[in-house]
Amino acid sequence: MLETIPRAIIPTDNGGSSSILALIRHLNFAIRPRSGARLARSIRPGGRLIRFENVGLRYGTGPEVLRDVSFAIEKGSFQFLTGPSGAGKSSLLRLLFLSQRPTRGLITLFGHDVSGLKPDTVADVRRQIGIVFQDFRLLDHMTTYDNVALPLRILGRDERTYRPEVIELLQWVGLGERMHALPPVLSGGEKQRVAIARALIRRPELLLADEPTGNVDPPLAKRLLHLFTELHKSGTAVMIATHDLSLMEQFDARRLVLNEGRLYDD
Amino acid sequence: MTINGAQKKPLPKGAMQRRLAASNIGEPAPIVPAGTVTGRALITVIAIMTFLAAITAASITLVQDATTHWRSDLAREITIQIRAREGANVAAETAKVAVVANNFPGLADVRILSAQETGRMLEPWLGRGLELDTLPVPGIIVARIRDDVEPDLDSLRVALKKEVPNASLDDHRGWSARLSAMSDGVLFGGALVLLLVLASTALSVIFATRSAVSGNRAIVEVLHFVGARDSFIATVFQKHFLIASLKGALAGGIAAAALFAIAAITPDFLSKVPGTGNTAALIGQLMLQPAGYMGIAVVVLMVVIIATVAARVTVFRTIRSID
Ligand SMILES: Nc1ncnc2c1ncn2[C@@H]1O[C@H](COP(=O)(O)OP(=O)(O)OP(=O)(O)O)[C@@H](O)[C@H]1O
Ligand SMILES: [Mg+2]
Repeated sequence: MLETIPRAIIPTDNGGSSSILALIRHLNFAIRPRSGARLARSIRPGGRLIRFENVGLRYGTGPEVLRDVSFAIEKGSFQFLTGPSGAGKSSLLRLLFLSQRPTRGLITLFGHDVSGLKPDTVADVRRQIGIVFQDFRLLDHMTTYDNVALPLRILGRDERTYRPEVIELLQWVGLGERMHALPPVLSGGEKQRVAIARALIRRPELLLADEPTGNVDPPLAKRLLHLFTELHKSGTAVMIATHDLSLMEQFDARRLVLNEGRLYDD
Repeated sequence: MTINGAQKKPLPKGAMQRRLAASNIGEPAPIVPAGTVTGRALITVIAIMTFLAAITAASITLVQDATTHWRSDLAREITIQIRAREGANVAAETAKVAVVANNFPGLADVRILSAQETGRMLEPWLGRGLELDTLPVPGIIVARIRDDVEPDLDSLRVALKKEVPNASLDDHRGWSARLSAMSDGVLFGGALVLLLVLASTALSVIFATRSAVSGNRAIVEVLHFVGARDSFIATVFQKHFLIASLKGALAGGIAAAALFAIAAITPDFLSKVPGTGNTAALIGQLMLQPAGYMGIAVVVLMVVIIATVAARVTVFRTIRSID
């Protein structure tokens, strides 16, 4: 069923080039065999989205979960973040979308030093980041459609202006039929796809995904990974936290390994 | 299906699907479910508070109306009392004083109260059917102060003392001052009650907002993560409180206005209430003037504004603690 949905979508000629519609059109094209279509958005290499310098994090008075972590994420880059369970992958992602502040060290996000950011600036930074949570964090009282539309809705946009984007993305992730379903009745894999669609809908500059293939079978995992790599090719920086080795083997990319709180660039 | 008489043309499959899907999306779900933010209890509390505040505000205008009425009556009137004394004829002295008063500039309608009138005034103290002749009943003269000439009451006092040492002039200043003090007291007490009621409305809303926000903590977190500003989140909650306070305040305000309207068309409404038999006599008809109904409307508006602002401020404070 998933294989057939993309082909059912016939690209139309409305919507800006940076909207999700442009990406889906590109994806539909790229998925077909012998397609020559390439990047929808040019990558400007060398720009730094994120910089960590000697970052340390501890929860309360506990031990340091992260120690002397230093790395950078370039514009349009792709990396896996891996390491054993409890190594601090989710904690590192939490630092990246500002739900945790470091206990020491320096973090620069989109040119902002994260210490002492004003709440509205935090919101602005988050608008450039798409996040897929390990536990999805969908709103149970909202339909699949409303959940995916939420990042556009909070921008104050009129519902009619984004309806085609949301519907097309939902169809692309194979949830066209489940648009009106509430999350509690969705399967784990369906919820995962809703979470991914919500993270993608604004075509963020940076996509963070925490175990995005944790609840799906290998073929669907492969398909979702394909979605992320195509998103990356279209210019989005991607960071996927996973301990799924087979997933990492499918795409040759930088691996950041966390072990006992320290980060190793593989 | 034809549009502008065009030929029937099958839609592409995807477009058809999309159109179908788009057609029944309908209103987006509220970001925070209404039932989790404000409930019937809060609306009832707001209604009761508004009712109390509206009754207070309207009563203040009633008392204000009544006292200005009395005071303007009192201020335009003087009374001269001629006490009986040994070896003098009260009636003759009263007549003498009446002549002085009649010739005094600024006074009009000088009138000597008859023995019956004086007797009636004494009835509440001395009882009915008295032999007035056996008592040293004072003579009483009333006069109206003219609207065009202001009389010099001090020189009248001096003139009276010279003619009849026992005559005393009462320009009701003491009464007027006491009335004014009482009306100020009612105004102050009413304002205090109003303030307390509005403050407890604000407090109830603050408590309700706090629990609404923490009850919807997961939603607030997700809204933050997708980049919603605090002002957006505050507006989401504030809308629910605006609606709840509108419902409650209107119900309370309408109930208060209805109570006064019923009182106005039921003349002895108050005398039916035990222990208030004299109230109607004191403040006249319990007739709320347009200003009173305006007061009720202002109270309704204030409750809505206070509730909405209190909710907004509280949401801001509470969500800062969540992030
Ligand atoms: N809120 C918290 N308070 C205290 N300790 C925490 C908190 N969150 C995480 N930790 C601890 O920090 C360490 C790292 O946790 P984290 O969730 O980042 O690991 P992870 O690499 O994502 O693990 P997994 O692969 O199982 O998801 C763990 O020891 C965990 O117990
Ligand atoms: Mg984790």
